[in-house]
Amino acid sequence: MHGHAPLKIGDKEFDSRLIVGTGKYSDFPTMQKALEASGTNMVTVAVRRVNLDRTQESLLDYIDLKRYALLPNTAGCYSADEAVKYARLAREVGMSNMVKLEVIGDQRTLFPDNEELLKATKILVKDGFIVLPYTNDDPIMAKKLEDAGAAAVMPLGAPIGSGLGIRNPHNILIILQTIKVPVIVDAGVGTASDAAIAMELGSDGVLMNTAIAGAKDPIKMAEAMRKAVEAGHLAFLAGRIPRKSYASASTTMEGMIE
Amino acid sequence: MQITLNGKSREVADATTVKALLDELGLHAMRVAVQVNLDIIKREQYESAVLNAGDKVEVLTFMAGG
Repeated sequence: MHGHAPLKIGDKEFDSRLIVGTGKYSDFPTMQKALEASGTNMVTVAVRRVNLDRTQESLLDYIDLKRYALLPNTAGCYSADEAVKYARLAREVGMSNMVKLEVIGDQRTLFPDNEELLKATKILVKDGFIVLPYTNDDPIMAKKLEDAGAAAVMPLGAPIGSGLGIRNPHNILIILQTIKVPVIVDAGVGTASDAAIAMELGSDGVLMNTAIAGAKDPIKMAEAMRKAVEAGHLAFLAGRIPRKSYASASTTMEGMIE
Repeated sequence: MQITLNGKSREVADATTVKALLDELGLHAMRVAVQVNLDIIKREQYESAVLNAGDKVEVLTFMAGG
């Protein structure tokens, strides 16, 4: 059941339910400290041309591979074919057969092209990948991706980098009730409460990048996100009280002076 | 002979292998993926894969991303 068992993707279990991106940090040491403060066990990376200027430092010098699993993405891909190509290149680099599968449909919103996403998911699952597709908050699509063999489904809370929070918590709830594979809310988180809300709904995890990397103090925000994800998850396990329109006194009337 | 490496033209010796190119670039120890003219070259093929003049070679690795 969602949110109860430890987060398991493919055959790997993860202590932390927070997945963190490595993009947009001002420098690698800040990123390294933020990852540490976030408590994450899994970080996303992109596949790009190697820097032939050897004087520049490499991202991998700042990522302890004993501590973090790598989740390569297919960011920037606009077709199934292109995304499949990038996933295969990522696997060729070695270190991971997981893929955060992104097939983007539009530059301005970065919303996924679900038709191409489903196509790419089917190809990569058949090819032995552990596929984590980034999708809309659409329960029907989530089910199709699960049926196609996705190891987890990652609905957006809001557009990538928007910081708008979980715009349609009801859809996330329906997704959680519809599919069995882990549901990881990916994109849209702006601050700690957004991450907590995603987890309070019963999500299995949250993936974020900009909310941490773009904060004035990324290291503090990473710590805030760690606590928010833990708090939201605990609140989900504890079971919140139902919402009511009217008050219900916490203090009894009994024993008052007549 | 001329090849195109990561979008830039580069002069390499005739019959250079992928392995020789990576050694020349100082990337032999680094984790990379290599694509030649849209085909991914697997690690075990680096020594046998011979480049031809005009080949478009891409050498990729993990970079920062979300």
